[in-house]
Amino acid sequence: MPLPEGVYGLMAEFETPTQLVRAAEAAHGAGYRRMDCYTPYPVEEAAAAIGFHRDEVSLVCLIGGLLGLAAMFSLETWISVWAYPVNIAGRPYYSWPAFVVPAYEWTILWAGLSAAFGMLALCGLPKPYHPVFNAPNFRNGATSDKFFLCLESTDPKFDAVETRSFLEAQAPLSVVEVEY
Amino acid sequence: MATKDAPVNNPMVDPVTGEYRVIAPGHTFKSVTEKVSRIVLTSHTPLGWWFGLLLAGSMAGLLLTAVTWLFLKGVGIWAITIPVAWGFAIINFVWWIGIGHAGTLISAILLLFKQGWRNSINRFAEAMTIFAVVCAGMFPLIHVGRPWLGYWLFPYPSTMNYWPQFRSPLVWDVFAVSTYATISVVFWYIGMIPDLGTLRDRSTSKLAQFTYGLLAVGWRGSVRHWVRYETASLLLAGLATPLVLSVHSVISLDFSVALMPGWHTTIFPPYFVAGAIYSGFAMVLTLAIPIRKFYHLEDLITIRHIDNMAKVMLATGLIVAYGYSTEIFMSWYSASHWEYFMMWNRMFGPMGWSYWVLITCNIALPQLMWLRKFRVNVGLMFLMSLIVNTGMWFERFVIVVTSLTRDYLPSSWGTYRATKWDYATFLGTLGLFTFLFLLFVRFLPMIPMSELRMMLPQAKVKELHGEPLPEAGD
Repeated sequence: MPLPEGVYGLMAEFETPTQLVRAAEAAHGAGYRRMDCYTPYPVEEAAAAIGFHRDEVSLVCLIGGLLGLAAMFSLETWISVWAYPVNIAGRPYYSWPAFVVPAYEWTILWAGLSAAFGMLALCGLPKPYHPVFNAPNFRNGATSDKFFLCLESTDPKFDAVETRSFLEAQAPLSVVEVEY
Repeated sequence: MATKDAPVNNPMVDPVTGEYRVIAPGHTFKSVTEKVSRIVLTSHTPLGWWFGLLLAGSMAGLLLTAVTWLFLKGVGIWAITIPVAWGFAIINFVWWIGIGHAGTLISAILLLFKQGWRNSINRFAEAMTIFAVVCAGMFPLIHVGRPWLGYWLFPYPSTMNYWPQFRSPLVWDVFAVSTYATISVVFWYIGMIPDLGTLRDRSTSKLAQFTYGLLAVGWRGSVRHWVRYETASLLLAGLATPLVLSVHSVISLDFSVALMPGWHTTIFPPYFVAGAIYSGFAMVLTLAIPIRKFYHLEDLITIRHIDNMAKVMLATGLIVAYGYSTEIFMSWYSASHWEYFMMWNRMFGPMGWSYWVLITCNIALPQLMWLRKFRVNVGLMFLMSLIVNTGMWFERFVIVVTSLTRDYLPSSWGTYRATKWDYATFLGTLGLFTFLFLLFVRFLPMIPMSELRMMLPQAKVKELHGEPLPEAGD
């Protein structure tokens, strides 16, 4: 059966996180891959159920932190040794122990900014428009008290009728079609 | 600790553990969301809020006046002189930034230690941090004399071919405080994104939907996003923890690197950090107790929170007491005439009264917090928070002023008497802080809804009955 034009996916709404995780596991077990869960607070089990285990935020943070460290330490060295050498009570120009403190602060600054903005970038945010907001019951529940599973139409296994009956078998509150 | 003296059948006491509950029983995802978002989304602004805003706003106006006059006349309108060149500006700077530290401690260190009770208070403790850093950051800037040249503190390629001198703790401070301000704002904002999404979805006015929608960056609660979000929060907490310890350590080095009796000591970094957390928790209580009353949040910010914060204050207060006793011991053990005289002068000199105010407020009275009956009495705890804040302000006063007034040569001794502009500036920052805080509680979610939902019993995913977890890997 050909897909109806302009359908992003089918969205099932659940009352409890347990029902959501069970449905997500069933969907993953049935071979669906292009899907996502939407919850009002982090539900790690749901992420595991749809096969999402690793995120790259830590790596981005590490790289950012090391860059910050290198940037500040070399700036301090360049300034104190070459650009503006000042004799302070006979201390060496290259007083590396004194340079540790600002370099340490910049390590944290860059690591923190990388973690925060890297997280947003990896999530593809900011993204004010997304098809899931078109589901009539989504905005009322997803950021408050309901749990959603969306099976997306780009999945090769997606079929408007079969997928709907699959979702309805998972005891949802409702199953709605999400338009692009 | 069991609460044996709590009334039997008190719904706020968990019958299983005998401890005060962190959240009152009977809350659901919806009720938590409603309760917190209603404070922001209601079109009815309480009259008390307007009154507070007016009062705080006029005090902030005083700050504007004082700073304008300062820019016109110069720092001579303050009492600073030689030998007391630091005065109120540095006292207030250290006091405010110390207050900020409890916000970071609650949001970062208690998150790492998995202290669930922090969830109700971390958002406004973080807000407190930011507003306190705003007040703190202003002081060194206006103290430099020519604040319009404040950017000289940063390394930048200038036409004068001049660069900062990186062996000075004062330059370290620039990086410590600016990093602290930036990371605090980022941590606060990132933590707020899911709640801003909730406000976007629940607001009815077009303007609110647009504004919160813009701030929420399109958050839709995808579990993939949540996993990254949790990692980022944990990383930021892990980074903010060493940061907060370093910031007050660096500030204490501004003092202890100098060869001034009373300043030149290695105990300063840990003792400053403990003092910062001490005063910060006091300020959290000063803010939390009226707010929970005014907005009827007693079942989200519970007696358990107040009790726990009192315990943290008691512990950090004892560390501070240890710091004071080490100072006294070292002034004798160092066998240095100058150190010995400094301590005698601090206790019994012309400004000795300030030392005894400090000891009474920071060491003597807080020992009442050993008593459970005291800790769970909201009114008394509010009073105690004000006492500790006063004591911590006097600690900085004692360190700055009594050390500087009488150092080595009696011929160069001096005295210090704050002018009305000193007081106006200090009171003004209190007003600015309150003003910003009132705006925050009106327009932003002051309790993190997503984190409260996580703490409800129904948030747990129940055991999946015997169903094997499918091998997930694609």
